[in-house]
Amino acid sequence: MFYRENGQFKTSYKADQQIFPIAQDRWIIVALIVFAFAGVPLLASDYMFRAILIPFLIFSLAAVGVNILVGYCGQISLGSGAFMAVGAYGAYNAFVRIPDMPLIPALIVGGLCATAFGILFGLPSLRVKGLYLAVATLAAQFFSDWMFLRIKWFTNDSPSGSVSVSNLQVFGLDIENPLSKYLFCLGILVVVALLAKNLVRGAIGREWMAIRDMDVAAAVIGIRPMYAKLSAFAVSSFIVGVAGALWGFIYLGSWEPAAFSVDQSFKLLFMVIIGGMGSIMGSFFGAAFIVVLPILLNQLLPLMGELVGLEISTAGISHAELMIFGALIVWFLIVEPHGLAKLWSIGKQKLRLWPFPH
Amino acid sequence: MKLRNLALAACMTAVGITAFAQAKEQFFPVLPYRTGPYAPNGVPWANGYVDYLKLVNARGGINGVKIIFEECETGYDTARGVECYERLKGKHGGATLFQPLSTGITFALTEKAPGDKIPLITAGYGRSESQDGTVFKWNFPLAGTYWLAADALIQQLGKKEGGLDKLKGKKIALVYHDSPYGKEPIALLQERSKMLGFELQLLPVTAPGVEQKATWLQVRQSRPNYVLLWGWGVMNSTALKEAQATGYPRDKMYGVWWSGAEPDVKDVGEGAKGYNAVTMQHGAEPNSKVVKDILAQVHGKGHGTGPKEEVGQVLYMRGAMSAMLGVEGVRRAQERYGKGKVMTGEQTRWGLENLALDQKKLDALGFAGVMRPVSTSCVDHMGSNWARVHTWDGKKWNFSSDWLQADEMILKPLVKSTAAKYAADKKIAPRTPADCQS
Repeated sequence: MFYRENGQFKTSYKADQQIFPIAQDRWIIVALIVFAFAGVPLLASDYMFRAILIPFLIFSLAAVGVNILVGYCGQISLGSGAFMAVGAYGAYNAFVRIPDMPLIPALIVGGLCATAFGILFGLPSLRVKGLYLAVATLAAQFFSDWMFLRIKWFTNDSPSGSVSVSNLQVFGLDIENPLSKYLFCLGILVVVALLAKNLVRGAIGREWMAIRDMDVAAAVIGIRPMYAKLSAFAVSSFIVGVAGALWGFIYLGSWEPAAFSVDQSFKLLFMVIIGGMGSIMGSFFGAAFIVVLPILLNQLLPLMGELVGLEISTAGISHAELMIFGALIVWFLIVEPHGLAKLWSIGKQKLRLWPFPH
Repeated sequence: MKLRNLALAACMTAVGITAFAQAKEQFFPVLPYRTGPYAPNGVPWANGYVDYLKLVNARGGINGVKIIFEECETGYDTARGVECYERLKGKHGGATLFQPLSTGITFALTEKAPGDKIPLITAGYGRSESQDGTVFKWNFPLAGTYWLAADALIQQLGKKEGGLDKLKGKKIALVYHDSPYGKEPIALLQERSKMLGFELQLLPVTAPGVEQKATWLQVRQSRPNYVLLWGWGVMNSTALKEAQATGYPRDKMYGVWWSGAEPDVKDVGEGAKGYNAVTMQHGAEPNSKVVKDILAQVHGKGHGTGPKEEVGQVLYMRGAMSAMLGVEGVRRAQERYGKGKVMTGEQTRWGLENLALDQKKLDALGFAGVMRPVSTSCVDHMGSNWARVHTWDGKKWNFSSDWLQADEMILKPLVKSTAAKYAADKKIAPRTPADCQS
């Protein structure tokens, strides 16, 4: 009832080819974006911005990138942390070595470095598939760990191997306070997510999905596997690289190679699996689950303990947090193996039929 | 998604309001790591830190101002540490100071602290160049940096050989944790090697350092005269076991203070006999007055944190001393801004910059024999450049050297040039003498 597309007739090709063909979807997305740009800044505190919203936005961006590769093209990758690292260090080098380099071009340079790196380490995907590919992409992770620890040029010869940036500006505006950082990340995320959404429903996205579903059949109907797979690696690692650059520049400000360890790769893969493979929306759910939930648990557990008059030690809280978080992952995957995005679409379906059961 | 955030926002504000209601209390945030791969070293530090704060309260607070503290587990994860910092910095009327206990978190917070006007104490770790207070206004590597530790070790080696000039032609290997932490001493050691003419061999070990066979094969081939160990956590005991397996004499091995506590050698026991480590002033101090006070006034009343047997161990003392330096910074600030008042981060910063802990004050605090006086200034945020070396006898750590003073002739230019590079990169103008007075 609330979500019916009946009566929405498309009278032109343009109307039929919109990103969101259903009016309700369109309005919800517009409302969400307006709320994110105008409403959240009024509601959220400094802490919310710096510790929760900014990491959430950056990881959502990275998850969108990984989802293109893993969810849409079916190429399981454990090299996402490496792509983030290449993006961050690429952007860093562009930023410090080229005088007066503006921030956005530096981020794009970082993304392009990650693209080149992603294509290089995507080459094995032409021969190996599935879990074997996951192991092959792990090589990217180890290679980047080694590269940024040992090759001093990348870290601008800093004695400790740790790099930092500051005085970030976009069009003459300082990106220093949490609100401006949030809006900057949000702007990039909205642009990239809409582009990605558009990409995956176009010809190239359909090629990726054909490869994912059955690569032999896709090749038979005339899709070039090499082109499709490598383009997925390229697009995905570009987005992940930009996210990595944002993570270093905006969130950490100063980082070492360990900030992009193999843990990051696993986290991103889990975000995509829990959020929903092959769904842009799912990337946001996955990022929220992995980034926000542990922090939320960490803060709520002591409060809940206080309610029943129990004082839990710091170590106890952090153990409990890990246990509950793990249990929730298992529970969600059992209840909804297709990820949180599936719950979202079930919800939409229910709204469509309500108040009738069928 | 938005609903979740909104609910979260509601929770946060609720927490914020309850926290804000208390006043007249000095808030010390604690960023420990009691879980994760480095917990064996993180737990005693955190216990010592918290126990000392409790002791200050038992002694009547800082001129009557009680201390409250709150822990936020970082797990040695930089992203989590930043989250903890953001969470705690505004609570209970504002954080007094932060002690991040992690090189990675220190680097990240160094960028944030000036904006929030909260001082960072990194007693014995962190960025060595932050000693230069004219560039690093908010960083305080009190009573020691890794450069100081490295220089003290070289001096001890010189003493063993009968003079620093005797190190010429010798070979010294640095086995280090391959991270910013492990790389810190390299700059100083290279400087020293140029000056004294010894050969420096760099042997990185990939974190976490459980696999060191290849490294020790290199040690066996090149037979260095001494091995400096810049390890951490499980890497230390592994290195000692490998040294035992390759037959490298343990008494030729010298660790940094992160490689010189009980958890590092306990597993190896007798096998680590003769192994040395530099200490940033204190070692294991079970007989010091402060430890007796903690046992009597904190543990004796049933408020102790952690096992009683560990009170006074090396890293426990590290935590207690770090807490003491922070508390004394507040006390010093009160002398200027009003006794018995709660100090802000900015006021505490002044206190830390003008710290004057002489022997008399240290004796009164129960730190007699544990450490030497610390006195900081605008130019020098370290305040003391002394260290000692202690040796593991199979059961406990014993001091095996006199007090060693790092050579300012080497440290100073290195600190100056590295800090200047940082300032140039960041476009920070060094503080003027007028700013120093404030």
